[in-house]
Formats: sequence, structure tokens, C-alpha cells
Amino acid sequence: MNATPLALVGYYEPWWIQIIKAIVIFAVGLQLVPVVLLAERKLLGRFQSRYGPNRVGPYGALQPLADILKLLTKEQFRPTTSIGFLFVLAPALSILTAVAAFALIPFGNVQDIFGTKVGLYGLDVSIGPLYLFAFGAVAFYGIMLGGWSSGSKYSFLGAMRGAAQLISYEVSQGLALLGVIFSAQTLSLTGIVVAQKGMWYIVPQFFGFLIFLTASFAETNRAPFDLTEADAELVGGYNTEYGGGRFASYYFAEYLNVLVVAGIVTTVFLSGWLLPFGIHPPGFLDPFIVLAKMSLFTFLFIWVRATLPRLRYDQLMSFGWKILLPLATLNALVTAVLVVVTH
Amino acid sequence: MSWSPGEDVIEVQRAPAPGAARSVWRTFGETVRGLMTTFGRFRETPVTVQYPEEKTPVYPRFRGRHKLHRFEDSGLEKCVGCSLCAAACPADCIRVVAAENTPENRVSAGERYAAVYEINLSRCIFCGYCEIACPFDAITMGHDYELSDYDRTDLIFTKEMLLAEPLERTPLRNEGE
Repeated sequence: MNATPLALVGYYEPWWIQIIKAIVIFAVGLQLVPVVLLAERKLLGRFQSRYGPNRVGPYGALQPLADILKLLTKEQFRPTTSIGFLFVLAPALSILTAVAAFALIPFGNVQDIFGTKVGLYGLDVSIGPLYLFAFGAVAFYGIMLGGWSSGSKYSFLGAMRGAAQLISYEVSQGLALLGVIFSAQTLSLTGIVVAQKGMWYIVPQFFGFLIFLTASFAETNRAPFDLTEADAELVGGYNTEYGGGRFASYYFAEYLNVLVVAGIVTTVFLSGWLLPFGIHPPGFLDPFIVLAKMSLFTFLFIWVRATLPRLRYDQLMSFGWKILLPLATLNALVTAVLVVVTH
Repeated sequence: MSWSPGEDVIEVQRAPAPGAARSVWRTFGETVRGLMTTFGRFRETPVTVQYPEEKTPVYPRFRGRHKLHRFEDSGLEKCVGCSLCAAACPADCIRVVAAENTPENRVSAGERYAAVYEINLSRCIFCGYCEIACPFDAITMGHDYELSDYDRTDLIFTKEMLLAEPLERTPLRNEGE
């Protein structure tokens, strides 16, 4: 019997290149997170008319290092009411899914490196967005299990909110991507980038872009949708009982998720490594173009965090289901009709 | 029978509730407005005063650590050991022991001088009554405010310490600042 594969993975690379790519992507992700962490604190400071951290190292550049050292040298603590192995597993799950999603972001097209053809991405699957949402759904177990196994009311409430929020906004996020998928006629992320040669999808799919961005804020648990860790009412939300290295894992996953979302928005709406006006830079610049576009969105994330107050829980739910979801559906429908009419 | 509130009812005037589309648009507009506001802050220079390096300037009438004064021409102490400051002090933190001036040992301009003049700054409330009580303007409130120490006994300032110039000048605020 001939088994058909679940997804077509366009692999023509030798196995050792895949291993090197996996290491490189993990290393790059690991290096980017402290940068985003520092950028967030510095920029939040500037948005509030103050300097951010500026004591450790030049311009506070070593602050993330100091933070991580401090967290990693702390005692590993766990409440007596917690469920041991889940409590330990949950942060690891969060990191795992974030890194797995990071593998999907295309940093450039297939390059010829010393005679070997290498695609500058971890994976180019024919089910790109589906893979992404699959890992997004698993990522919510990281929050859910962490909050539940802590054996604390605040953690539990935070986790419940997180579960409801992630489920509600995942729908709109997926529907917002549908418009792009209709237009590009492919589910491969590199295919979507190449399909934007003529025009970036941010122009024809502007509403889809806005909806996707809003839903992404909720998916990454960032302000103004950071109800899972609403400090004012839930102490710290799902990670109340976490400290030290495990808390660092959650923190790492959160910022990596911001990067992943920035990367996906770049890929899907800003045409990844392509530049407008027919500029064709040499291939080795592709990752830097993608990183520059990603930093744009990371800046937006921080900017929004500095601006918008947290939503009330019922506002969050009614916004997700009554406004975002109908708009996303309408956007997908209109795009579908237009695609059929114009073809 | 229900109670009638009579004339005390306040009618609240409300604008008509916006429709769904209108409220979405309004929310979007307000969000953009908020973003522009924070971006305005982003473009400004921070207002933080980097404290240990950069000090907050004080007003000329700021009541900081006390200073004892000498006459500029003769170098004699202004304090004559009258203990009026100690009498005026509500916190009871000034101790003055007076001694007679002799022609061989002339310390102050008057008949007597303060042999011991101590201010316990851990008790001082910086009210400035000593300054007002002093008939010779021998004691005034200075501008120093960095007075923390590791030991309470180190906060008992002696006459020599109060007569000496402060190690570092506290910046003064300019007119209208």
C-alpha cells in the first residue's frame, strides 16, 4: 500500500544541512530574544519619557544577561499543591512550540552556498499556516497546564482566561489569513512570498492585515489583551507560581512568540525578503531584509503595549466574537468572491 | 405605595448609542490617536534625572544641613554660645556648651563662644527655627540633602563639621526653574 504524505515537504537538501539549519535557527532565535527583551524595556521607557535600563553595560546592553543570570541562579520552587511533572513540563512545552513555529519563517529564498542549494528557512511545508495554527494550539497547553498544575487560584483563573482567549482569537486569526491564501493560491509560506512579487498583500488585504494583527496581539498574550497575566487582578496569571528558570522559559517563549508573529506578518503581508520598486539585492541580504521588517512589527507590538490599556474580560470576549470574527469572515468572503470573479 | 423622589431626580443627558460599525470606527480612530500621543513622548528626550551623577537642583531657601558661619574679615566665629537655637529647637537636637573668650584664645566676636556645638541630624526635623532664633545669623540652613550614613553616631555633627565647607556643592535652581 502506498501511503500518501500528510504534507509535501519540498526537501532536496542533504540531511546534514537540515541539522545545521535546525541548530542555526534555534541559535538565531535564542540570540534575538534578549535583543527584543532589551528593546522592549528601552522603548517602553522612551514612550514614558524616561530612559530604560542603562546601568548594566553600555546603554544597558547587558541587562538581559543580568536578568537571565538572576533568574537561573534562583531556587527552583514549587507549591505543595502543584502537580509535579506537569508543572515542570508546561514551560518546556511553551518553548518547544515557540521554537517549532519559528522554524517556519522563511528568511530568504533558496541560496547557492558553496555549490549546495540551501533554503534559508527551517521548513517549507505545503501546509504552512496549518502547521502554524497547530503549534499555536499546542502552545496554549503550555499556558493551560502551567496554570492548572500550579494549584493556585490565580494561576488557574489566568489559565482559564488564556484558554478562552486563545480559542476565540485563533478563529479570527485563521480567517484573516484565508484572504491571503485565496489570493496566493498556495499554503506554502515561501509560495506566499513569491506570489507577492507584483504587490504586497498589505495593500489589497489591508483589513485582513489589521484583523490578523489584532488577533495576533491576543494570541501572544500581549497588551492590550494580556488578560492571562493581568497583574492588577491576578497577581501574575498563569505564571504566578513560577520562578527562576521555569519563569525564564515562559518569558522566553512569550518573546519568541512575538518574533514568530512578527515573522509571519512579514512573510504573509509584507512579502518577506522581497523589496519594492524592482530592487533586487544579492541573496545573502535576504535574512536582513526579513529581520528589518520583523523589527518594524516588534516595534509596533511595544508601541501598542505602551499605549493601550488592558481590556475588561467581557470586552475581550465580545470584541473577539462580535466584531473581529464577523469582520474576518466578511473579509474572507469578499476576497473569495473577488478571486473567483477576476480569474 | 412607592416613594416619589420628587424634584431631586437628575436627568442624565446621553448621546445616542453609536451603532456597531460606527463604534468600531471610533475605536479605531481613538486607538490611532493614542498611538500618536505615545509616539510624541517617544520623540521627546527623557525627563529622568540620573540621580547619583546628576542632582536635583534645590531652591535658594531650601532647608538642608545646617552651616555655622565665620566673619569673613577677621575669621572669628559668629556664634557666641547663647544657646537660643537649642532653646528654640523643637526636636531638642542641638547641644551648646559655652566658654569665655580670653585675649590669648579669641574664638568668637562676643564675650563667650561655643566650646561644644553639636547637632544630632538623626533627630533634626529641618524646621529652620534655629536659624530664626539666632541673633547673629551664625547658623543657617544649607543646601545639602545627602545625609545618610551607616552609623547614628556619625550623624552627630560637631562644630568643626558644621563650620567646614561642604565637600560637594548642591546645585541651585535658577530663577523660574
